Parts: sequence; structure tokens; C-alpha cells
Amino acid sequence: MPSAPEPTPILEMHGISKTFPGVKALANVELTVYPGEVHALMGENGAGKSTLMKILSGAYRADAGGELRINGEVIHIDGPLSAKTKGIAVIYQELSLSPNLTVAENIYLGRELSSGGQVDRARMRAECQGVLDRLGATFGPATVVSTLSIAERQMVEIARAIHANARILVMDEPTTALSSRETDKLFGLIRTLRADGLAIIYISHRMAEVYELADRCSVLRDGSYVGTLLRDELSAEKLVKMMVGRDLSKFYKKDHDAQGSRGEVILSVRDMSDGRRVRGCSFDLHRGEVLCLAGLVGSGRTELARLVYGADAREGGTVTLGGKPLDIVRPIQAVDAGIVYLTEDRKGQGLFLDMTVQENINLQVIGRDAGKGGLLDLRKARGRAVEAIRALSIRVTGPVVDVGSLSGGNQQKVLLSRLLETRPRVLILDEPTRGVDIGAKSEIYRIIDDLVKTGVGVLVISSEMPEVVGIADRVLVMREGHIVGEVGGTSGIAITQENIIALAAGLAHPSVPAA
Amino acid sequence: MSQESSSAAAINEKAAANRQILIQQIIRTVGMLPILILLGIGFQLMSGRFFSPQNLSIVTQQASINTVLACGMTAVILTGGIDLSVGSILAASAMVAVIGSLIPDMGMIGIPLALFAGLVFGLINGSLVAFIGLPPFISTLGSLTAVRGVARLFGNDTTVFNSQLPFAFIGNGYIFGIPWLVMIAFLSVLVTWIILRRTVLGVHIYATGGNESAARLSGIKVWAVFLFVYGFSGLMAGLGGVMSAARLFAANGTQLGQSYELDAIAAVILGGTSFTGGVGSIWGTLIGALIIAVLSNGLVLVGVSDIWQYIIKGLVIIIAVALDRVRSQGGART
Repeated sequence: MPSAPEPTPILEMHGISKTFPGVKALANVELTVYPGEVHALMGENGAGKSTLMKILSGAYRADAGGELRINGEVIHIDGPLSAKTKGIAVIYQELSLSPNLTVAENIYLGRELSSGGQVDRARMRAECQGVLDRLGATFGPATVVSTLSIAERQMVEIARAIHANARILVMDEPTTALSSRETDKLFGLIRTLRADGLAIIYISHRMAEVYELADRCSVLRDGSYVGTLLRDELSAEKLVKMMVGRDLSKFYKKDHDAQGSRGEVILSVRDMSDGRRVRGCSFDLHRGEVLCLAGLVGSGRTELARLVYGADAREGGTVTLGGKPLDIVRPIQAVDAGIVYLTEDRKGQGLFLDMTVQENINLQVIGRDAGKGGLLDLRKARGRAVEAIRALSIRVTGPVVDVGSLSGGNQQKVLLSRLLETRPRVLILDEPTRGVDIGAKSEIYRIIDDLVKTGVGVLVISSEMPEVVGIADRVLVMREGHIVGEVGGTSGIAITQENIIALAAGLAHPSVPAA
Repeated sequence: MSQESSSAAAINEKAAANRQILIQQIIRTVGMLPILILLGIGFQLMSGRFFSPQNLSIVTQQASINTVLACGMTAVILTGGIDLSVGSILAASAMVAVIGSLIPDMGMIGIPLALFAGLVFGLINGSLVAFIGLPPFISTLGSLTAVRGVARLFGNDTTVFNSQLPFAFIGNGYIFGIPWLVMIAFLSVLVTWIILRRTVLGVHIYATGGNESAARLSGIKVWAVFLFVYGFSGLMAGLGGVMSAARLFAANGTQLGQSYELDAIAAVILGGTSFTGGVGSIWGTLIGALIIAVLSNGLVLVGVSDIWQYIIKGLVIIIAVALDRVRSQGGART
């Protein structure tokens, strides 16, 4: 690594490999982290970031041949406990706290202080107070965790790590569930920890965060180490090129001509509100256009989409489809009218993992295909499934395989084809490429492009800036429940990451008209 | 190392995965059948008369009422629910059947009345789950007790008799050489299979049990699914009531159908249906019900005491399901 003046690295991983049955997840990966730095770790899904961190935290064991040093000393990590004693702590996305215990009890979980065989809660509380103060917590050690917000719970996790004398802190996408204000606060905290000499390995997909925080950034691709950039060398183009390994212009497929294919307004939403997270949102979606809904996580994009689809109760607002007002209070009404919604939570709310590919693809049209008495038309169902598997190049051995056994990308294509079978006029896609490998990603872009050419209106919610810039004809930006601006289309503002981020973060933008 | 060897490995891997899927499918369809056959052979060897036509007729008749209850229970458990009230509903329906049969000149009306009573109790269960959102365990636990009381109320807490029962043939007669009880049980299984595997409703039942929030989001009327499965379970319990009454020429609100729900649940679970919903088949349930009947019958033939019958039956259920769990975990790991 070219950083000359730094002291001994706190962590060195050399030649780390990991083989799963049939898959080489990591091949000779390098990572060097110095004390007092925020080291971003980037890469597409499946690039090996999580595997590498699981090796570091003792959840996986690396293949023989690699070397791990802490403060220059070769060490072996043979389990989560040994990682902990060596000062490595991981803050998980899915927080690992016991919600019904107090903050102090959680911080001391597994290391409870006792006197005479009884848990000494008073001393535990007293000793946590210091750590909480240092982190700037606004809650006390006796607070029950379930009453805290996600951001505060994250702080408890960090406090627990610090209290256990962690020197290396791994944070895996820590901002996914945070609002922009909470994110700012977390960043402040990370800077404090950095000043205290901790090493922070920061995993994120978001360029903006990496720009803001990282001292250095290492990139993985397909399980291999690609390289490390210094802060001054960071640029979106460089990073994307390192992560994707090819030019973006070929990656995002946008064959349809934005001006040519765009037709009349198909979906018109006015004053949509749920009284909490969506406030008075209005927009139009045209036939044959890709309209992206950008904004930070928690800005109300998913909530807005779910309101339009009838998945949640609305407080006010109207939906007009093709000039006809719709009264949608249940998803089935939206589907019948020709509006479908692809959920961001594929496994939790999208697919039926125990059911076959064929059953999943046909789920929303079996009613239409059915004969008398609701009898299934299995031949038709099979035909639809076979055709969808071909058209969307779903990689599966046959239509009667359980969906749960497919890869993320192929699962997503199954879910997408289920929606497409209903022949929608409006397609709402919420994070359509989340957890999808690069190959499937570009195929999903192709599918979107083909649909738009046939006159379907597509509304895409995405947190991946390059994706938004790559596929959108027009972008609406949301912040704190409001649509705060538009780029692209007739707005006269170019679709660039900078313009979108400026709106999303609430920075004044000279060329943005008032929304 | 080289590109070729890794792609060859990938192909091998894929073939192995396919084989794994095939094996899993076979295991899933066959399920507990081997255990049923082994039990049969074992009892034949020990008693020498298990496989006699006469005994097989007895076993299948013994299995018939539980099979009918288990049909409804399968649909309920597939949605991730449970119906604890089927034994009580059976008792109440049997009371209705016998009392109805006492109406002069139109005693056959006892059958539709009993079925209707079962359906109504089932729909009440379904409404509590679908509209009020009560957990199925709680709502059917409530009706387990309440409907038992209703059953006693129907006969003023006495046993009702009808020695001239107009539908006694159901309990004691034969059709095409097959006992009516067995025929009804088999038809129930067939109808349940058609509903579960050949209708839109069936797909919606599996979908609701497999992933309720995805089902809601995809536009499935989840409330209708719940209403149906509990209504269906109640209807099946009503049918079971008719069968019991026809067999006994009598019904008693206090004793009839006591703990029948447990046998029905055991049959469904032995049949490989997942307790969390979404996975399972009616043929598995049929095999499960037969295993329970074979055990009861075989242990008597072999001369095992009543006390030990309980212990052995309980252990067989636990061991069979544990084996199944281990096996399916092995399959899922690939």
C-alpha cells in the first residue's frame, strides 16, 4: 500500500481465500487497515465483501495458505469469540440486541458483572454510563432497548463493541435503515471513533457515503482483490470501473429513445399522503418512459409506491390511470386495473419460496386462466412458465423447481415475470436489482428497456445512483416525504449524480425550480 | 486451477444438484409410506393375521373418521393455522344428526343439518381468524371448550338414541363391497386433493401459508382463504359427526370426539405437512391417518396393554417426525 507515513497496520490480511463447495468465494484477497482510518470496502453484491468480513469475525474459516496479522503479529481466528478477544467487532445490519433487556444488560451480555452470584445491575449501569457519554448518547443505561429507535440501537451496538475494547470495527451498510439526520449523527460518531485511533472498516454501496467518510477504499470484484484507492484518488468513474470491470455505458441498456417512445400520461398521482411518511406527493408517469424515484432511504419512496398500489392505507390523494380515476384500497384492485408493484423485500413479501417456479410465475393470473369452478389450467400454466423462463433467460433446470433454490438474480426474474404475466400498463419496481448479480442486473435493465418500447410506463425506485443515472428518462427526488424536485425530462437539468444528491440531501441547487 | 477443470466441476455440481432435487421430490411424495408398510409387516409377523381381509377392513374403518377430520386439518395447517375444535364440532354435529333423525318421516334431514352445523361452527372459527385477527390457536381453543358445551346443551346433557336411524348404512353398510365409512373417507381425500392441487383456491391456500405478506401484496384475498379453510375443517368435522352417529346409532355430547383433534393433527404432521404452513400434501395425511390406525389395531392384535399402547403411539409419532426432520434437513443442505 502506498501510504508511506502511516505506522504499523492494525490489520493485515494477505492471500485470503475461501472455497465453498463448487464456488470460489474469495481468491487471494488483500486488505490492509491502519489505526485511525475509515477504510471503505466496496464491491457489487457477491463480490466477497461479506465473506471476507465473516472470516475476520470468525464466522467462517479461511482456506489454508492465507495470513492474518494484527499489529504486525500473525494470529489465527478460530471462532467468533477469538475474534472478539483480538479486538474485532462487527456491527450487523440486523441488529443483534435483545430488545427486552436494558441498554446496560445488552452491553454486558455474556460478560455480566456479578457479586455473590447475583447480577450486579447497579455497577453495570454505572460503568456503561461512561461509554454512552463518550458516544454522545441521549439515553441512559437503564433504558429498555425496544423503546429505542434503530439509530439508537446501533449506538448501543457500537457502545458494546467499544466497551469490549474493540480496536477494529466492521460496519456493514450501517445507514440502510437510518434517516438522513440519523445518518449525519452516525457519521459524526464514526469520526470521533477514528480520532480515538480505532480502525473502521466501512462497507457501503453508496458512493456519497464513501466520499464523505473514507480515508481509503478497497474494491473487491468476483472474489478477487482489485485495488485500493486513496482518498484523493476516489472518483465515481474509477470506483465503478473497478467494481464492475467494464464500461458503464454498455452496462446500462437504454435503447429506447426517451423523446420518441414517451407517450401520453398513463398514471397520474395527486396529493398522495399517509399522514406520516408521505406528504402530498403528486406526479405523472407517461407511457413508454422510465421514471426514477430517487432519494435517501427513509425519504418515503417505498411508502409512496405502496400507497399508489393500495398496499397501505392512505390518508388522502387520488390515482388516475389512463384518464380514469381509480379507487384503490387493496392491491387486487391495482392489479386488476393494470398497476403492479415489485417489492424491495423479495423473500419477505415477494416470492413463495416453497412453491415452484411455475406456481410463482402463474400466481397472479391463475384466476384469469381458470376454468369453471376455479379449476386450474395446468397446461396453460406450464406454457406460461416455460415461455417466461425463455424470455427472461431464467437459469433453472425446469418449471417445477422450488424458487427457494434459485440464485438471487433468477429469483428476481421469476418475481418480475409473475408481474409481467398480468400484462400491466404501469410497472412499479422497488429496488429491482437489489441482491442481484451483475449479469442478471444487465438483463433486468434489458427487460425494462423492452417493456418501455411497448408503451408500458415504468416507475423505478432505486438507491443505486449509477443505476438511476443509467436507466432513467426522468428522475423525481424525494426528501422527508415530499417530492422536492425533478431532473431530466423537460426540467432542463441533466441527470447526474451530483444534481440528484443535491436535491436528496436538501442542498440548495441553483438550477432547480421550486417544487 | 485451469478454466476447463473448473467448468467440468461446475457441470458435475449441477448434475449433483439436479439429482438432489429429484431425490427430494421422491422423498416428499413417498414420505412416511415406508414406515406404514414396515409397521404392517411387523404386525403381520407378530400376530399372523394383520393382513387378513377382515382385519384390513377394520383398520380402514377405524382410520376413516380421523382421515375425514385430518382432511380439513390439512387445509388449516397448510395456511399456518391449527384447528383444535374439530372433536367438539364432531360431537355437536353428531348430536344434531341424531336429533334430526328423530324427526318423523324425514329423518335423513339429520345429515344436512349436521353438516350445516359443522360448517357454521367452522365459519365462526374462520371469522375470528380472518376478520378479528385472533391467533388460530386461541380462537379454536376457545371453541374447543364452547362447542363442547353446545354439544351437551343439544341433548340436555344426555345421550340421544335412534335405533331406527335412517342413515345407519353409513356406519355399517357397504357400497361396491367397500364399507361406506371407508368410501366417504376416500372421497374426502380426493375432494381435498382436487381443492388443494387443482383449483385456484388451493394455490392460494399454499401461498397464504408459505408467505402471508407476499400473498396479501400479490392481491390474494387472505381473509377468504382463512374463512374457507376453517369452514372446510368445520364441515369435515360435521361429516365426521354424521359418520360417528351412524356407527353408534347414538350421540353423547360429553364423550364423543374427545381428543379427536389430537389424532387429526398427528395424522397431518406424520404426513409431512409443515407446521408453519405452505408445505405438505393430502396423500401424506392419508398415510399419517393410516399409520395411527394401524398402530392402534396392531398393538391390540399383538396384545399390548392399553397403557403401553399410549406410550408406544406417542413415541412412534415423535420418532417418525424427528426422522423426517433430520432427513429433510439433509436434503435442504445440498
